[in-house]
Amino acid sequence: MAECHPVGFQWVMEAKARGAKLIHVDPRFTRTSALADLHVPLRAGTDIAFLGGIINYVLRQEKYFRDYIVAYSNAPMILREDFRDTEDLAGVFSGLDTDSHSYDSNSWQYEGSEVQAASGERDQEYEERSDGGSSVTEAARGEAHGAGGAVIGEGEPERDETLTHPRCVFQVLKRHYARYTPEMVERICGVPQELFRQVCELVTENSGRERTTAFAYAVGWTQHTVGVQYIRAASVLQTLLGNIGRPGGGILALRGHASIQGSTDIPTLFNLLPGYIPMPHAHQNQDLEAFVEAEATHKGYWGNMRSYLVSLLKAYWGDAATAENDFCFDYLPRLTGSHSTYETTMAQLEGVCKGYFLIGENPAVGNANSKLMRLGMANLDWLVVRDFSLIESATWWKDGPEIETGELRTEDIGTEVFFLPAAAHTEKDGSFTNTQRLLQWHHQAVEPPGEARSDLWFTYHLGRIIRQKLAGSGDEMDRPVLDLAWDYPTKGRLAEPDAEAVLAEVNGHDAEGNPLSSYEQLKPDGSTACGCWIYCGVYADGVNQAARRKPGREQDWVAAEWAWAWPANRRILYNRASADPGGRPWSERKALVWWDPDKGEQGEWTGHDVPDFKKDKAPDHEPAEDASGPEALSGTDPFIMQADGKAWLYVPSGLTDGPLPAHYEPQDSPFPNLLYDQQRNPVRQLLPPHPDNRYQPSGDEPGSGVFPYVATTYRLTEHHTAGGMSRWQPYLAELQPEFFCEVSPELAAERGLAHTGWATIVSARGVIEARVLVTDRMTPLTVHGRRLHQVGLPYHWGPNGYSTGDAANELLHLSLDPNTHIQETKAFAVDIRAGRRPRGPASLALVRAYRIRAGIDEHTGTEP
Amino acid sequence: MGVRTWIDSWPVYRQLTGTDPLGRGAAAKSGHSARLTPRVASADRVVKSVCPYCAVGCGQNVYVQDEKVTQIEGDPDSPISRGRLCPKGAASLQLTTGDAREHQVLYRRPHGTEWERLDLDTAMDMIADRVIATRRDGWQWEADGTRTRRTLGIASLGGATLDNEENYLIKKLFTALGAIQIENQARV
Repeated sequence: MAECHPVGFQWVMEAKARGAKLIHVDPRFTRTSALADLHVPLRAGTDIAFLGGIINYVLRQEKYFRDYIVAYSNAPMILREDFRDTEDLAGVFSGLDTDSHSYDSNSWQYEGSEVQAASGERDQEYEERSDGGSSVTEAARGEAHGAGGAVIGEGEPERDETLTHPRCVFQVLKRHYARYTPEMVERICGVPQELFRQVCELVTENSGRERTTAFAYAVGWTQHTVGVQYIRAASVLQTLLGNIGRPGGGILALRGHASIQGSTDIPTLFNLLPGYIPMPHAHQNQDLEAFVEAEATHKGYWGNMRSYLVSLLKAYWGDAATAENDFCFDYLPRLTGSHSTYETTMAQLEGVCKGYFLIGENPAVGNANSKLMRLGMANLDWLVVRDFSLIESATWWKDGPEIETGELRTEDIGTEVFFLPAAAHTEKDGSFTNTQRLLQWHHQAVEPPGEARSDLWFTYHLGRIIRQKLAGSGDEMDRPVLDLAWDYPTKGRLAEPDAEAVLAEVNGHDAEGNPLSSYEQLKPDGSTACGCWIYCGVYADGVNQAARRKPGREQDWVAAEWAWAWPANRRILYNRASADPGGRPWSERKALVWWDPDKGEQGEWTGHDVPDFKKDKAPDHEPAEDASGPEALSGTDPFIMQADGKAWLYVPSGLTDGPLPAHYEPQDSPFPNLLYDQQRNPVRQLLPPHPDNRYQPSGDEPGSGVFPYVATTYRLTEHHTAGGMSRWQPYLAELQPEFFCEVSPELAAERGLAHTGWATIVSARGVIEARVLVTDRMTPLTVHGRRLHQVGLPYHWGPNGYSTGDAANELLHLSLDPNTHIQETKAFAVDIRAGRRPRGPASLALVRAYRIRAGIDEHTGTEP
Repeated sequence: MGVRTWIDSWPVYRQLTGTDPLGRGAAAKSGHSARLTPRVASADRVVKSVCPYCAVGCGQNVYVQDEKVTQIEGDPDSPISRGRLCPKGAASLQLTTGDAREHQVLYRRPHGTEWERLDLDTAMDMIADRVIATRRDGWQWEADGTRTRRTLGIASLGGATLDNEENYLIKKLFTALGAIQIENQARV
């Protein structure tokens, strides 16, 4: 955090100055470790074993917050009799189909009810929930449709508040994590038992009624074949300790781009519509009614999904969206499985995807297996690159690595490339959503230079020109384009669209055009329009709330009048959980919101933050039996987005790879899985075999020793992602002038690597070279009884710009988390040797020789 | 120049007699440096902004003079950053005004070996034509007998450094066009 979010880290230092203890868990010693009370180096790719060990400690030592989990979590829920855990099935859960590499999740449900996920793979239960309508599964990764048999309808799940029923979540959890002992943690992660005990004690001593512990992770946690389960493991732990919804608690994703939170909220993602409404999958006879019935929850705020979706359709298609035509629901294109960025590359290689827009993105060096990204682009008809400078994704056809190796010839590449210069943040109005869900407006300072334009300008005018060209078309396929509400006011010499008008559309308005102030006002009948329901209120009263800038020093610690947080300007989600079931703060020092029986007519929620709960819903409120949606939440259901109002220690629906986190080894690992017979996540997503995407042997498999070192990629303070915004800045290039790798003195001696000299790093995919930084910051570990060295690889580079070097992503394979389709870049296996890499065709020959030595073919590493 | 002035202009004399015995402040100042003013002092206006790099969201003050950005500094008002910027944020003046930025549209024709110039309007028109044609070529009303109403011909990647309003329009336009492979750094 001190490296990648240095200014945010000042608050960690403030906490430390007041007595907080800081633990840093990272394979490397960094600026964060230097300031931490405890640095815990561990083997990259073993965090579930590590967190599972802490969970086991909490359960064994009875350090959990019993009152919190009984009232607010699903610990008392009883599971179905046919559920089988990894304990029963040698490391996999019930429902695994090894032929299709997927789970049928029916047996993971609660006894006596069927619960719908509030996020993740909501389409999982489509058939059961929609009364038929089979789905297309041509690329059904992550779809995992059930084979029938689940209980239809939503009964009350059975509970055991004594937490002793052998099939209750709490007992299942206890059995599941019993094998995650300190000895196991030591052998798998390389963390000595004494150091591990200190972590367990610090975390548990600082959790409970009076104290809270926070977990912060950079999004490296997501970049594993079990990425979602990493974060789930932290969720299990934080829920057990009662650290969610309370000040000083939580699990904080430290995201790495100015609006990466915003770009998931208002997604440019294949599987989502704004506000986390799922994109529809293709099903027979699917209309709006059937979709909502299948995807919405019965209880909680997702019960109002129809209002959110209809309001979005009204924002998209305006007057054309009517009750008679299902509000143009049919205009939404349908998914058939996953269409993520890596499948898009495969579609380019297959010749299906022919036109590609890159908007502030540099996959030619920034995506895993960069070579495949470039080969995909070389197979396009046309490519549009919008960026500040000539990044590698704009110039690969001329000077990419494949030109050097002779695999591609510039004259043979048919891709037409448009490079359009982009406007900077100082040259446009707009909002970023930061990692705390805070929307902050930046104002235009000057006009963009030359032909540089904002992406708002580009998208608006592209749409305008396309609509002009299609005007008068009677083709049904053009209706959604022609009916689109696309009239934005423009201003100035450049005809820049008014960003505030777009924000107003995102916020939403009623039938008279008055701005809405809350998503509670959204209607299912088409009388409201709203571009993103969770952002409703950002333009309340016609005022840009994201532009609020009351100085921090003039406000209390919540600083509620600086910018605007979604939803409803709440700064801590699920903050009803900061009070006990009776509505009183768990402790005075950790008070955030509470029930004030003397306020309002019959009492009200009040406090420092905006309560994340219906203001007048009393703690003892019991919903009517026929209630649905938010009305069905009781006064002790703080997790208002969940279908049962509870925090999930165990996930009965929504995940593709199991209801509980289990440790599996990374796709490429020098070690066998010590915890289970199952080596890798059995349902991890592998892309179709490609000669440039070979996997490596792992663990005890023959050839595994060819790649004996664990490698991990990361960022530096002085650069940003794939370098498009940092390698062209002279100051930053001077601070970090070229690519390097970090190795321990022990590894340097073992492989003859000289400080400031060169190293060649090889995987089954590629070979790169890097300057060598020999440093004690890389700690050798003892894993499975042997000495393990890890290689650190900052991934910012490519050949262009002022600061140059090979891209670490050349080494990476495409093996993805099956829930999120995110690549495993944070833990893989390599070889390292002294000297520079070979040039031209010789570099291909080197990689080929490694593959032969390791016995690699298209089947290697693809076993379930 | 009088003797008094001459002696006063001698830094070591000021160091010994003045309030700056270590000679690291006023004593070391020359007439030239004393007359210098910060470049932000003469700015025509200060525009409130947000750092475009990571997701902490530090406040920035953008100083503008003669319709040019002359300096970018941390905004002390921000309760998030309290006026601080990291090395990247502090380099955002170079990001926005540096000479490594391209100001013109460039075009590489199929099989071409060099960039060519193209004016922006022509480029926009050509891109629109290609979107229309590729969309149509890759159009798919159905997959395996189930309605899909989409094109697999066009894809997009980007967005994490973009504004919410920009992402909103991208998703809206591409969805209406029937394109589904609309992706983002958030998955990378």
